[in-house]
Amino acid sequence: MTLVYPLDSLKAHPARLSPGYKSTVKRSPSKPLIIMPQTLTELTGPVYGHEKVRENDHDLTTQHKGEPLGERIIVHGHVRDEDGRGIPNVLVELWQANACGRYIHVRDQHPAPLDPNFTGAGRAQTDSSGYYRFITIKPGAYPWGNHHNAWRPAHIHFSVFGHAFVSRLVTQMYFPGDPLFPFDPIFNSVTDEKARQRMISSFDLENTKPDWALCYRFNIVLRGRNATPMETK
Amino acid sequence: MADTPAGITPSQTVGPFFAYGLTSNGKYAWNDAFTNDLVTPDASGERIRIEGRVFDGDGAPVPDSMLEIWQADAQGHFSDPQDKRALPNSSFKGFGRCGTGGDGEYAFDTIKPGAVPGPDGKPQAPHVLMAIFARGMLVQNYTRIYFDDESSTATDAIMALVPRDRRATLIAKRVQGGGPVYRFDIHLQGDNETVFFAV
Repeated sequence: MTLVYPLDSLKAHPARLSPGYKSTVKRSPSKPLIIMPQTLTELTGPVYGHEKVRENDHDLTTQHKGEPLGERIIVHGHVRDEDGRGIPNVLVELWQANACGRYIHVRDQHPAPLDPNFTGAGRAQTDSSGYYRFITIKPGAYPWGNHHNAWRPAHIHFSVFGHAFVSRLVTQMYFPGDPLFPFDPIFNSVTDEKARQRMISSFDLENTKPDWALCYRFNIVLRGRNATPMETK
Repeated sequence: MADTPAGITPSQTVGPFFAYGLTSNGKYAWNDAFTNDLVTPDASGERIRIEGRVFDGDGAPVPDSMLEIWQADAQGHFSDPQDKRALPNSSFKGFGRCGTGGDGEYAFDTIKPGAVPGPDGKPQAPHVLMAIFARGMLVQNYTRIYFDDESSTATDAIMALVPRDRRATLIAKRVQGGGPVYRFDIHLQGDNETVFFAV
């Protein structure tokens, strides 16, 4: 096993204790993390879940009888490692609020309407080049209780598996130019400006479908510098 | 567009509302990619349940966390082509996912893992790798679950890196009576804080 996932890469992540995001105060470790070598357990990971990806799971606009309300968009991109290699056959899961900024989750009490034609969950598998594509609705911003007049910038949650359990990533994709960026403690928990920019999708005119949907590109980079190329099956 | 990226995509919290997408468990109009039941018909080994609760720094249960586990089969092989020893024909995948309930509770039904190769060439004690996600957690925490009835835990190379007075937080305790059940509580912070690894 020659794979290495340097800890240095993790500096892009937010600090676990980021007091501006109040819920981190009681849910972050108070003792130092224990440094350990990566063993076979950490360097392997689940390479399945794809069999659960049904034909239209990447299209969140066709899961119900009618079309959801809101602005139809295409969200696509590549999942790559730190050396720029596309990561094939990985599972990408996505969930989001509807166009009004309301989640279908039972605990979401935001007084904005639910959309009977929108669940807000999707999944896809990357192809041989690491490419994935979703069709969905642009989610709305929504208020939350972190502080007075707190609003989350519009975002789509992503869950991605790499080829090792230590490259597992859960993140949020944002939209370019959102006026709420300076005020959001979750977005700003990533303190490096360049790293923050990597969470913002780019408007993709070239792949926008005329008369149908705007397109945004969101490339996802997982840990894996110095990793040797995967053997393909 | 295909330029070598300058760094990884930063992690963000899973938030409070992931259940309908990741741990639907029949409660929403969405199917689950993964469940908390890892047992497959062909899996050999001892069927066990690992259960416990997740607590925050005040000792309050965490009802909105998601736990994922990754483990070897009973022979100590991982279901991943990177593990060249992997058993063909085994449908045991070794990955599970569970959202915590209202009291912070969770449970996995699985197979007790076998010993796997360690960094020093010696086998590691049987263990399960766990990732913990939650609202209020900006990055997942990794921990390991060892078993209190495995004597090799005492000489495990990774366990040896952990301060002696904190090792008990990594050891699941077999519950007396009934089926083979192991108890493993997770404390995100505080005096009994579970050991989390930088890995």
